[in-house]
Amino acid sequence: MAKNLKKYRADFPILKQLVNDEPLIYFDNAATVQKPQVVIDTISHYYEHDNANVHRGVHTLAERATEQFEATRQLVADFIHSKSADEILFTKGTTESLNLVAQGFAQNRLKPGDEILISIMEHHSNLVPWQQVAQKTGAKLVYVGLTDDGRLDINDARQKMTGKTKIVSLTQISNVLGSITPIKELTRMAHHIGAIVICDGAQSVPNMPIDVRDLDVDFFAFSGHKMGAATGIGVLYGKNTYLNDMQPLEFGGEMIDFVEEQRSTFKEVPWKFEAGTPNIEGVISLGATINYLKEVGMVNIHAHEQVLVADLIPMLKAIPGVVVYGPTDIEQRSGVISFNLVNLHPHDVATALDMQGIAVRAGHHCAQPLMKRMGVSSTVRISLYLYNTLEENQKFIEALIATKEFFKNGTI
Amino acid sequence: MGLSKLDNLYRQVILEHATHPHHHGSLDDSEKTIELRNPTCGDVLKVELIMANDKVQKVAFSGTGCTISQASASMMTDEIIGKSKEEIEEMVTIFSEMVMGQEIDDDLLGEAAILEGVAQFPARIKCATLAWKAAYQAVNLEN
Ligand SMILES: Cc1ncc(COP(=O)(O)O)c(C=O)c1O
Repeated sequence: MAKNLKKYRADFPILKQLVNDEPLIYFDNAATVQKPQVVIDTISHYYEHDNANVHRGVHTLAERATEQFEATRQLVADFIHSKSADEILFTKGTTESLNLVAQGFAQNRLKPGDEILISIMEHHSNLVPWQQVAQKTGAKLVYVGLTDDGRLDINDARQKMTGKTKIVSLTQISNVLGSITPIKELTRMAHHIGAIVICDGAQSVPNMPIDVRDLDVDFFAFSGHKMGAATGIGVLYGKNTYLNDMQPLEFGGEMIDFVEEQRSTFKEVPWKFEAGTPNIEGVISLGATINYLKEVGMVNIHAHEQVLVADLIPMLKAIPGVVVYGPTDIEQRSGVISFNLVNLHPHDVATALDMQGIAVRAGHHCAQPLMKRMGVSSTVRISLYLYNTLEENQKFIEALIATKEFFKNGTI
Repeated sequence: MGLSKLDNLYRQVILEHATHPHHHGSLDDSEKTIELRNPTCGDVLKVELIMANDKVQKVAFSGTGCTISQASASMMTDEIIGKSKEEIEEMVTIFSEMVMGQEIDDDLLGEAAILEGVAQFPARIKCATLAWKAAYQAVNLEN
């Protein structure tokens, strides 16, 4: 039996408000999650007591700031089970992490005729950077398709992994369909043909335990704000050998060893990728977040979300006119559910739910090629986190039925 | 509050326009065609026009969208027929100001003035203005 997470809800002050005169139900966690009090306090404490630039001063505050900053690198390493802290780079988020691998690493290796393999359900940030690299190098961007219930089609992936495939970059959890991709199995297949594997963990790190060594991926990217930390902080994990091969995309202070008039030498990995004053408060908030999530337990968070999803999906499907996308097997999905109401546009649904205090997302969710493949232009998406409850599920279903009633005759 | 505030946005007239849009379809002999995309939802809206004697003679729109964008497009087509390029430019400007919550003289907008409720729903302003932007661009196209 999973740990009951009820007591943790009180840790999130923002949830205690009314929105449009109704208690806020925050169901937009795949976009960004709310922050526990301890993270908010950690940021204030940093500015009230320890603020200084890192890696520079010899004074006490600078030492404190640097100490917390570098301690977080170790916390991140332990959290995703990487071998050591020097495999952890701080970026501004998943998007920057993936761009760094694409432009700083893959672009130098790819030749015309090589292939980059991604899936049709990638977020634009694991898609557009590869389009750019393909255009610059003459490599071809190849897409793995999906099964009918919205999971990555392993057979299709197997067929498309050939001697030409040099890069395989896949999301571990789809931010639209919620499907969980078996990254370990795919990585084994990709390594077998000599490809480098990059995993987009933006939706998985907040929701399940991650072990990058067990997955054996070569690079792994994620964002702090989707797990409880501030915005503007993210991580790129890379295996040492590959990080040593990667080129920085930004140059300047903090990343150099010695600078002469005509040339410079750079610091070691990971610091050579962190030019300029970093997002120190972001890093420190990420440390506090990881400590918080460890206390709750990633296994418990995943189990809690599966309970919520198993409760919600049958209730959704029981409403006439609701189409639910994504895997039917609950085991294969996380806390993200996309759906549509026949004859009702997602924007209208989202506005009506907002009037009832419920925050959901309507749109293409930064996955336009996936929308095209699904034959829709947009969906309504709900996404759950550790603080959501079965009572909220119930209220949401009632609100959705009221919405449907309001637009009884359809509008499209 | 529940859904009562929704009535301000989805007035009966608006729902009727959305379910039975006017001038929905396309023109075989369109002279000015503009296709615009609502970036937040990916919906595409196409506006087609024929001008005669400097006035809009025929107009049609197509594409799918939410209630607000469809109703707004339908009302826009009703209002711009018989209007000149300059008049339409002014209407589009006034319409944009209205849905952004500014005080306007709504006489020029006819029935479309009912969309002023959109101002209370900032996330939906782009849905309302899409068709009007398309009309503005269409009348400014060279044949
Ligand atoms: C699967 C996935 N990848 C990448 C991203 C991009 O993350 P960020 O905007 O934090 O860089 C997101 C978030 O929207 C996502 O859901």
